[in-house]
Amino acid sequence: MQSVGLNIYMAKLNNIDDLRNLRALLREASRTGKDTLKVCCGLPCSTLGSQAVARELETEAAKSGLEVEIVKTGCQGFCQRGPLLQVDPYGYFYQKVQPDKAKEIISLTCSSGLPVRDLSYRDTFLNTPKEFIRDIPFYAKQMKIALRNTGTIDPFSIHQYIAAGGYLAAEKMFSSMSPEQVLEEVKKANLRGRGGAGFPAGIKWAHTKRALGNIKMVIANGDEGDPGAFMDRSIMEGDPHSLLEGMLVCAYVIDAKYGFIYVRHEYPLAIKTLKTAIKQAEEIGLLGTNILGTGFDFTVQIREGAGAFVCGEATSLVASVEGNRGFPHARPPRVSEVGGGPWGYPANLNNVETFACVPPIIEKGADWFLSIGTQGSPGTKVFSLAGKVKHTGLVEVPMGITLREIIFDIGGGIIGNKQFKAVQTGGPSGGCIPEQYLDLPVDFDSLWKVGSIMGSGGMVVMDEDTCMVDIAKYFLSFTQAESCGKCPPCRVGTYQMLQILQRITSGEGKQGDIEELERLGHLVVAGSLCGLGKSAPNPVLTTIRYFRNEYEEHVHEKYCRANVCNIGFFMINQEECILCGLCKQACAFQAVRETRKGFFIDRDYCTKCKACYHVCPVNAVQILKKTYVRLEEELRLAPESLEFIERRRKMTLKDILESRPSEIVTITTDHTVSEAVIRMREKHVSGLFVVDEHNRLVGIFTERDIVRCVYDNISTAEKLENLIMRDIITFDPGTDVSTAISVASRKKIRHLPVVEDKTIVGMITFRDLVSYLLPEICFMADTMY
Amino acid sequence: MNVDELHIDDEIGAVGRILSDNEKKKGILIHALHTIQEDQGYLPEDVLRRLSNNLNIPLSDIYSVASFYKMFHFKPRGKKIVKVCLGTACYVRGSKHLLTTLENEFHVQNGETTEDLAMTLETVGCVGCCGLAPVSTINDEVTGEIIGDRRIEQFIQLIKNGSE
Repeated sequence: MQSVGLNIYMAKLNNIDDLRNLRALLREASRTGKDTLKVCCGLPCSTLGSQAVARELETEAAKSGLEVEIVKTGCQGFCQRGPLLQVDPYGYFYQKVQPDKAKEIISLTCSSGLPVRDLSYRDTFLNTPKEFIRDIPFYAKQMKIALRNTGTIDPFSIHQYIAAGGYLAAEKMFSSMSPEQVLEEVKKANLRGRGGAGFPAGIKWAHTKRALGNIKMVIANGDEGDPGAFMDRSIMEGDPHSLLEGMLVCAYVIDAKYGFIYVRHEYPLAIKTLKTAIKQAEEIGLLGTNILGTGFDFTVQIREGAGAFVCGEATSLVASVEGNRGFPHARPPRVSEVGGGPWGYPANLNNVETFACVPPIIEKGADWFLSIGTQGSPGTKVFSLAGKVKHTGLVEVPMGITLREIIFDIGGGIIGNKQFKAVQTGGPSGGCIPEQYLDLPVDFDSLWKVGSIMGSGGMVVMDEDTCMVDIAKYFLSFTQAESCGKCPPCRVGTYQMLQILQRITSGEGKQGDIEELERLGHLVVAGSLCGLGKSAPNPVLTTIRYFRNEYEEHVHEKYCRANVCNIGFFMINQEECILCGLCKQACAFQAVRETRKGFFIDRDYCTKCKACYHVCPVNAVQILKKTYVRLEEELRLAPESLEFIERRRKMTLKDILESRPSEIVTITTDHTVSEAVIRMREKHVSGLFVVDEHNRLVGIFTERDIVRCVYDNISTAEKLENLIMRDIITFDPGTDVSTAISVASRKKIRHLPVVEDKTIVGMITFRDLVSYLLPEICFMADTMY
Repeated sequence: MNVDELHIDDEIGAVGRILSDNEKKKGILIHALHTIQEDQGYLPEDVLRRLSNNLNIPLSDIYSVASFYKMFHFKPRGKKIVKVCLGTACYVRGSKHLLTTLENEFHVQNGETTEDLAMTLETVGCVGCCGLAPVSTINDEVTGEIIGDRRIEQFIQLIKNGSE
C-alpha cells in the first residue's frame, strides 16, 4: 500500500461500517491494473531460494521503472517445482524460477505481457509448455476453500486479506446473525473436523455452548505431528487470518473470551506469521476488547509445543497448554465440558483447517457448502501429496474424488512409471490402501470402511520398491517412540509388536509371528486411553490385511520383494556381471570373493548389508528367495526350471483369476432367456451367474443352455428361474488346477464358477484353463524333445 | 531469557486474568524452557534450579515436564545441529540411508554429538517439507532432495564447511 492515507488504513475500526469502508478503499487501491508478481515464499520454495528471487525481482523492477507489485505469498502447493511464481493479471505460472531469470521476467512479461516459456510447466521435456495456471493438471482438478487465500495473498498483510474478502463472515455475523443462527448454519453445513476423526464441528460447538460457566475458550490445534502432513502449516503460514476469523466465529457462537493456537515448535515461520497476524488484527480492532464496537471481547494467544506427537490429542494438548507433561486423561470430562479444558474451563478444540473452512460457510451459507463433496462429508479436504508421485505438494480437492484422480491426474502418476503399490492415508494412525481400492471415492466414511482413516490429510504414495513390512515397522517405531507411556497396553504392546517386526525384517521371523502381531494389535486398540494408542496398530493391521503375502514371504522365505529389508540370499549373476570388482571393494566383511571365473558371495561371511547391491552398476547382485538358492545349489537345477517350479506353486484357480482379471457378469432370475442372450453378447462372455434378488448365487446360464432351449422349443420369453440348473458345482479359489480339470471333465462342464464364502469370485472357462497351461505345455515339450 | 527477571504477566497474556499465581507460573514453564534453550543451547542444571526457585515449582516437576518433550536437552549440543527428517515421505524416498551415511561419516549415533562439539546428529518426525523429500536441516536451515550419492556428498560438505 502507498504511504498516502496510511493512517486511514491502520486506524482502529470502531464499527462494522468502518470495516466495510476499509474494504472498499482497499479494493479501490488494488484496482490499479498493475502487474502482480506472486512469489511463493512457503517453506519448500524458500528452501529452494525464492527469497532471493523476490529480492532480485524487486531490484530489476526498480531498475526498469515499471510499476510492478511483488507479493510474497504462502505455499502455492506445487512444492516440487519450486520456487513458484504467478503473474497476474495474465495468469502465467512459472516454475523453478531462479534469481538470474528475474530480468527476463520483468522485461518479457511485465513490459510486454509475454510468457517466459522456458519457465512454464511441461509434462515432459518434449511437451509444449503450459503457460497458464488453469491448464496445469496439478491445479485443474483442485477446488480451494480452506486454502482459498493461501498462495495468493501476503500472509503478513491483513489488508490483502480484507481486500480478498476476509472478515466478510465476521461482518455478516456481527451485523445480522445471532450466535444461535451462526451455530445452526455450521451444524447444517455438516462441517466435519478436518483433524482426523471427522466429528461434526457444529455438534462440538453446541456441546461447548451448553457447558456450564461463564468462561470458555477456543483452541486451534496446530500440532501437526503426523509425518508427511503439512496442511495446517501452509494455512498458518499462508493465510493466518482465515484461522483467526474462524476462531472468532466460534468464539462468538460459544461466547468465549480466550483463544489459543497450539503450534508445533518445529514451525517457527508459522509462529512468526501468526504473531504478526494477531498483532495486526488487534491493532485494527478485529481482535481484543470491544471488537468492531459490538462489545464482544476475544483475545488469541499462541502456545508452542515442544515436540510431543501425543500433544495433538485433545486432552494431552490441554495438559500441555497448562504447562504440564502432555499426558492424556480419561474422558469424560471431555475438553468441551467443565473440568476438561485448560484449567478446568470448557473449551472448544478444532483443527486449524476446520477453522479455516468456517468463514466461507458463514459468508456463502450452508447450502453452498453442502453442494460440494459427498452427502456424508461435504466440502473439500486438503491433502499433502507426497511419496513416490511425480508431483508432490499441497492439494485441495472436493470430497468424493477418487484416489486414482488424486494420484494419477493431480499427482501425475508414479515416479519412473513404476508399479503403484499402496497409498498411506492418515499418518501413523491410518492405514495402507492397496491398488484394488484406487477407484474409491475419498471421504471420511469410505476410508474408514477399508480400514484406514482420513486423518489430517497426509497421503503418502508407495510404489513397488516400498516394502510394506518395513513401512509398518516405520510407523510403529514412530508411535512406539511417541507413546507417552501412561497406558501399559500402548507402552508395552507397541514395543512388543515392534520387536516382532524387527525380527521379521531382519530375517528371523517365526511361524505364528503374524498372528501374534494381529492379537497384540487388537489388545493395544482395546486397552489404550487416547487416540494415539487406539490407532497405533492400524498401519500394521492394515498392511497384514492387504499384504499378508509380503509378511509371509518375510517370515517363511526370508525374502523381501522390494529389496528394502536386509534379508534374502545374495548372489552374483555371472551372466550379468561385468567383472568390475566394485562389489568386492564395497564389502566390508570380505564376503565377495574373487575366483578365476569371476566373483561370488560367500554366505558365511555375508552380513546382508546390501553394500554390494547398491554399488553394482549393472544390477548383477541379486537378492533371491531361500527356496531358489537351495534348489539351484543343492539340486543343481537350471534357473529355467526354477521358474517352472515357481509356476507350479501357483497352480490354483485363484492364480488363474489373478492372471486374467475379468468382470463378474450376473443376471437375476426374473430376466428372460432373450435378455440373458443380449447380456452375454454385450459382455462377450459365454456364461452368466444367475442370482436371486438378494444377490445370492442360484445357478449359471451358459451357451449350452441356449442350445437346450432351441432344441426343446422353449420360448425366449421364458423366465430364467424355470430353466437354470440349480445344483451347480462351485469351486473354491484355492482349488488346484489339476483337481479342477479332472472334476470338470468328469462332470462334463465347461464353466467353473469360483465362489468363496458364498461370494462370487469369478468364472473360469475351459479355455482359460488351457491358455493358462500353455506355457507349461511348451516347457514340457522343450524338455522332452 | 534472564530467569531472575521473569515477566510472568506479560508472558501469560490476557488469560492471566482468570488464573491463580501458581497456574500462571506453570503456564509459562514450557515457554521459559524454550527461551533458556535458545539462549544456552541446552538446559543447564543451575539455570533450572534458579527457575525452580523463581517460579516456585519443584525442580522435580520441571524435570518431569522438560524430559517429557523431545525438544529439550540436558546435555550441551554441537555448534551445528543436523536433523535428518524421518517423516513418511522422506523415509519412503530414502532418508534412512542418508542417516546411516551421516552416522558413519561423523562417527556418531543418532542423538549424539561429535567430541569436538561441532555437530549434533538428530532425527525429526517431519519438518513439513515433504514435497522436497528427503530433507534435512542444519540449524533450522532446510536442505531438500538429498537423494543419490552426489547430493549426499554435497550435504556432508555443507555440514563440514558450510558450503556445497
